[in-house]
This record gives sequence, C-alpha cells and structure tokens, in this order.
Amino acid sequence: MEQTRDRAMLGSYRVLDLTDEQGFYCGQLLGYLGADVIKVESPGGDRSRLIPPFAGGIPGVENSLYWRSFNTNKRSITLNLNSTQGQDIFRELVKKADVVVESFPPGYMAQMGIDYSTLNRLNERIILTSISPFGQAGPYSKWKGSDLVCWAMGGLLAQTGDPDRPPVRISHINFAYQMAGADAAWGTAIALYWRGTSGQGQHVTVSIQQSVAKTNFMAHEVFEATGKEQKRASSFYRVERSEVKLRSVWEAKDGYVAFLIFGGHWGATHDNPRLVEWMDEEGMADDYLRGIDWARLSWRRTPMDEVARIHGYVERFFRSKTKAELLDGAIKRRIAIQPVNTPGDILLHPQLLARNYWQELPWDGGMLVKYPSRFCLPSYSPCQQWRPAPRLGQHNTEVYQELLGFDAEKIGRLKQGGII
Amino acid sequence: MNPKALAGVNVVAFELAQAGPMTTSFLAAYGAKVIRIESQKHLDWHRQVGPFLGDINNPDRSCCFLHANPGKMSVTLNLKHERAKSIIRRIIAWADVVVDSFAGGAVDRLGLGYGDLVKIRPDIIMLSSDAYGHSGPFAGTPSYGVPLTALSGLPHITGAPDQMPQFPGFAITDFIVPRTNVLAIVSALDYRRKTGKGQYIDASQFECTIPLLTPVILELEVNGVDAGRIGNRSRYGAPHGVYRCRGEDRWCAISVFTEQEWQSFCEAIGNAALASEPKFASMAARLQNQDDLDRIIERWTLSRSPEEVMVTLQNAGIACGVLQTGHDLANDPQLKYDNFYHKIDHPDVGGFSYSGMPVQLSRTPYEMSRAPALGEHNEIVCRTVVGLSDDEFVELLGQEVFE
Repeated sequence: MEQTRDRAMLGSYRVLDLTDEQGFYCGQLLGYLGADVIKVESPGGDRSRLIPPFAGGIPGVENSLYWRSFNTNKRSITLNLNSTQGQDIFRELVKKADVVVESFPPGYMAQMGIDYSTLNRLNERIILTSISPFGQAGPYSKWKGSDLVCWAMGGLLAQTGDPDRPPVRISHINFAYQMAGADAAWGTAIALYWRGTSGQGQHVTVSIQQSVAKTNFMAHEVFEATGKEQKRASSFYRVERSEVKLRSVWEAKDGYVAFLIFGGHWGATHDNPRLVEWMDEEGMADDYLRGIDWARLSWRRTPMDEVARIHGYVERFFRSKTKAELLDGAIKRRIAIQPVNTPGDILLHPQLLARNYWQELPWDGGMLVKYPSRFCLPSYSPCQQWRPAPRLGQHNTEVYQELLGFDAEKIGRLKQGGII
Repeated sequence: MNPKALAGVNVVAFELAQAGPMTTSFLAAYGAKVIRIESQKHLDWHRQVGPFLGDINNPDRSCCFLHANPGKMSVTLNLKHERAKSIIRRIIAWADVVVDSFAGGAVDRLGLGYGDLVKIRPDIIMLSSDAYGHSGPFAGTPSYGVPLTALSGLPHITGAPDQMPQFPGFAITDFIVPRTNVLAIVSALDYRRKTGKGQYIDASQFECTIPLLTPVILELEVNGVDAGRIGNRSRYGAPHGVYRCRGEDRWCAISVFTEQEWQSFCEAIGNAALASEPKFASMAARLQNQDDLDRIIERWTLSRSPEEVMVTLQNAGIACGVLQTGHDLANDPQLKYDNFYHKIDHPDVGGFSYSGMPVQLSRTPYEMSRAPALGEHNEIVCRTVVGLSDDEFVELLGQEVFE
C-alpha cells in the first residue's frame, strides 16, 4: 500500500480533520487521492456519529450508516480539545501536518487557542480550511444553518419542487453540506498547490450558503439580467418566453424515466422521429403523430391543447413499458430516455459493473459492503477507498506513537485523564 | 496586488454547455489562463439558449453562457481544417491542462486524444468529463444534464413521499461535476510539480456523483431498505421543514435538533406551553407527530414575513432561513458583505452579474472577469501563443480556419 501511496496525487500530505457532518466530505475526498487523513474526535466521538440510519436500526457511535458513508479513507484518534493539555497536544500535531479542516461555529477555534494565526505561528506552511454556514465574518456568520436552511438561503430550495406544492430538498444526504465539503476539498488542493510554489500556507474558508448559491441554476443572474424570477418546476422544463412547460419526469410501468420532447432542429434530427417510429411499431402512433413536422415545431408557438395532446402519446407509451424496456429500446434506437435510478438500479448498473466501480470494504461480523471506489479514474495515480471508516479512537496508539512518539504508558495516562 | 494561486497554469478547454465550462471557469478565477476552443458553425448550446441580455438573441448575450464562462479566452477554430490543426498543436504545446467535456471519443476523432496530446506535450494533464467514462458498454453514449440527473439517482430521493421524483434545481449534476473535476485537476498539477509526471483522468460524470448517494446505497445493502423520498423531513430533527409565510409563495425553512433549541423555539413563537405537551415533549414524540406540529407552526408563520420569522428564530438560536429568490440573493447582506456577486461591464453587450466562488483563499483571493465574446481572442492568441505574424494571421482569416 505504501508503494501505491507514492503514486497518489496527495499521498505526501497529512490532514487533521476536526469536522462534523458540515464538512466531513472534504477529508474523505482528499483521502480518495491518498492523503493521510486523521479524524480528531472528542473522547465521546464526533456528534455526527449519531446521525441515522443505523445498521440494524440500532443507534450507536459505530453504527451510523450515514457517518460510515463519508468517513472512509480516515484514521480516528480521540482528543479533548476543551482541555489545555488536549490543546497542547493538538498544537504538537499541527507541526506534523499539512492541513487542518474544521467546521466549528466561527470563533470556536480561537476559544480553544487553535485559530489560524496561532497555527500559522507554529507551522507557517499549515493550511487551515474552515467550513461554516455563512462564512467566518459578517452579519449572518454567527447564525445557525442546517442543511435545509443553507438550501433555502443559497436559493436552491425555492427552485426545487412542483409549483403548486412546497419547495423540497434532496432527502437523507445533506446535499448542501456535501457541496461545501467538496468545495473545501478543491480549495484546499489549490492552497496546497500554491504552497508548493510559495512555501506559504493560508486560511481557506467556505460558506455553505455560497456553495449552494453556486449550485442553483442562475436564480440571481437571471433576475439581475431580466428582472424575472424562475419559478420552481422540477419535473418540467419551462420553454423560454412562453407559458409552455415540457414534462421531464414521466411514469413508467414500474417507476419513472426522464425525457424531454425537443422541438425544432434538435428534436427533428435526434430523438423524436426515432421515438415515433418505435411507438408506431408497437401500434401506439397514429396519422396525427406521424404527421408532425418536428423541424417546424416551435413549442413557444404551439397552443396548450396541442402541447398536451403530443405529451399524451408519449405518456401512454411510457406507462405501457418498464424502465428496463424503455432503457433497452432507448439504447438500441439512440433516444435519450433515462430511467430515474433507484439505489438498487445503481448498484446493478452494467456500466458501473463493467468498469469495476464498486469496492468491497470490510464490515461488522466479517461482512463485506460495496462502496463507490472513486470519483475519477486517473491513468497513473490511484483514486480509491484506502480504508474503511474507523472505529472511534481506533488509531490512537498508532498515530500518537508515529507522530509524537508517545509510548503505551503515556497514552494510558492520557486516557485516564480524559484527554484522549 | 495579491498573488494568484494558479498563476502560470495554462488550460485548453474543449467543452460544451455547463459542467465542462464551469470546471475551467473555477480554474480561471484562481489565476489559470484558459483558452476555450469554440466553433462558429457549431455553436455551444449555451450560446443559443436564453435568456439573453436585453432580450436580443445573440451568442454573446446568453446568460447561460456568460454564467458558465467568466475569465476565459475564446478562440474559434474549424478543427477539421488542416491549417487549424497546426494552430491547435501549438496551443496544446503551450498548455499544462486540457479539459474535454465532449461525448466520449469525439476528441480522439479530431486527433486530439490523450495519445495525440502526449506526443506534443509529454507531461500534459488531460481530464475528460463525459457521461459514462471511456470504457464499458455505455462508453461514448452522448448525454446531457437532464438524463444525467435521472441517471445519478438524486431525483429518486427528492420530493414528498406522495410526489413524483423531482429534479433538484435544474440539471444538478452539471453543478456537482465541476467540484470533483477541479479537485482532480489541481491535485494532478501538484503531483506533476513534484514528480514531473502528467496523466490522463477519466472523470465519468455518473461516477463522480455517486459518492454523494453512499448513505442510501449502504442502507439498501446493510438494512435492505430503499430510503425513498421524505420531503423536507429529517430523521434526527423536528420540527424540520418549510413553512408558508405572508406574501405570494413566500417560505421559511426551520430546523430544530436539540432539546435546548426546542425550548427556545417554543418561547420564540410565543407558545412556551407547547414545549412540554406530551405529543411534542421529546424528539421521539416530535418525530412521531410532525404533521400536527407543522400545522401549529404554520399558523404562526403565515401571518409573518419570512424575514421576520428568520430574524426572530435566529435571535433565539434556531437554524432558520428565508427561501431566497433571485431578488433576495441580490440583496442578501451576508453575500454583499462577502462581495459574492460581481457585476462586470462589457463594452458591447452590457453588464452581467456573475456569481463568485464559494471558497476564499486568504493570501490568494480569486478574481472574476467577464466571459468572452465568440472568437474574441483569435488574434491575440494567434500572435502571442501560436506565434503567427500579422500577414500569416490575415492569410488564415481568408481560409475559413476560424469558422
């Protein structure tokens, strides 16, 4: 393994990861590229170890499927940062590290005597990456932000959902936090690159609100340019300068598929004639449908009842077929119909299987569990899962010995003192 | 003047629509020089769709294009023309990084695949960001943001339980992909700086979004449960949702996780007695009785503006935020404090307000500059990067090389 770390893009770096769910994706992503990421947890454990769902439905710090999803590629040590001795030890660790990542409320690092200016004095090459809902300073910086609140304040929530129902976020995964974690990861990589040329570390700060604002589809930009708001329409596509909405999500026999009926040149030269031909073969087209001149069809100038009529043909056809049948026909006939995948569909997706995408990691009781193995596939450097998510404090002995030369007796004393 | 983190990094981009362009615009904001290769004949989709500045249909006025391309240079080349091939070879020789977001195999057919590029520049870093990656049965299948979003599985977990799958935002994968692309490119640059070694990065858009889904994949594998859609609810906090406020389609998001927050919340909405009602007195009870709880809360929010709800609850230590619209974002005091939006003037098409970067680097801050007009940098790039004389450039102009 150490030999392949030499080939890893970030294999020469060590990261101290102090984050909770607002930032733990950052360390995981850096870890995929080979960084040695050490999760520094309070003796009771990162509080996000108690986020459900749990394996077998049983709550516990080692049982959170959520936590174990985003903390592979890390080692875990415990350290009480609220004690002066713990803070001293942390400052010693910082001398052996390249990056510190944290997602505490702004100001908390300073209270513990480990803010950027202190860390920079100890190690001028250190990079501190801070993630928080509304940045480190400014009118909202002390405010609390949940994932849902960051969706709202970044403008993505108002854009998601049906217009006649409440706006809605992505369930389960805390998507806004993960976007901020990803932004923190590339921001850290840029800071590492610059350190390589300048010798200097710096403070990298990420606002989760801004990460979301960089993910919404131009709510602000379009408003500024046109004075118009984009009303949410998450299973439709709005045609510019008209009231026409094209359906993007359709019912199939056993689930849903995504498809847009493009008008004009694109529709005429791509999906539409092929789809009509397929429907015709199955007896689901008639003279009206066959007679449409797609090249001349402009949705903007099509009366609403005709929009509905054309959609009706496609709706009936898709409902008569399973997702698998639609995908099969779509591939053969080169039509951009795409099933809305479920987690089960993704686990069995032939493309992912053919590319060896899943990587089995050891799980409790001798089980193996499939994880995504990578976020990209470099030709020379590995991007992979290096280790399973750690148990709380699993690497105390190893890390404290390797980095600070603590012997078993000293580690024992620190444990008794509640420091680690 | 502040140093730029990616000063000296040269990037050539063969890209379309959103995901590829956004990737290289991030690099440009931190100081990389980016030359985007375009075609006059086959315009980027994003130059053709609106909305357009001033409502004038013109490829330099499309908001989609402007939004995704700040800070770049645009060179138009007819890559099938022999003379264009020698020009592109000299631009590649200048480049450290090539980003390709064409459908799999398209650059190879143009003689610009990785195998071709390393002959020109042995330590080049090339990243290909197509739908499925460059091997496997689906390799080379063209796609775009809408089917890709369905492919990612995210709509399956977006929506209320009794609602069809919803697309988060618009084609959300377009906005996720650039993040991991930039991470891979910059890390590869760092590795090359240390070892001299370039490489090819096959960055399938499908594969780079799946790590986000790991919790629901593990839940299926370990617990045998498909988590499905649960609206705005959380499995570890209640109340947790969006609540209708005074005004037309106005909403506020509220999240309560701890007992202390619950007590403060009830006091803040002037209903301290609610905190100890048996139906709501513990997190387990609140999670059980969310429908009733939500109705009580919405009675309070309905008569208030979302801003009033937000300030009242935030002052009580509760996570709460307005569902901001374009207008709200433009007037957000925190975003203003951080100078997040950058209104940049353009002599021909007028000003456009670009969103900035979500990452601040204290010693090497990002800088935004405007998106290019189609072919705006043909002449300057031909002179300075390619090394053509005036006469040579004028000669090529007559040969449809730049079309």
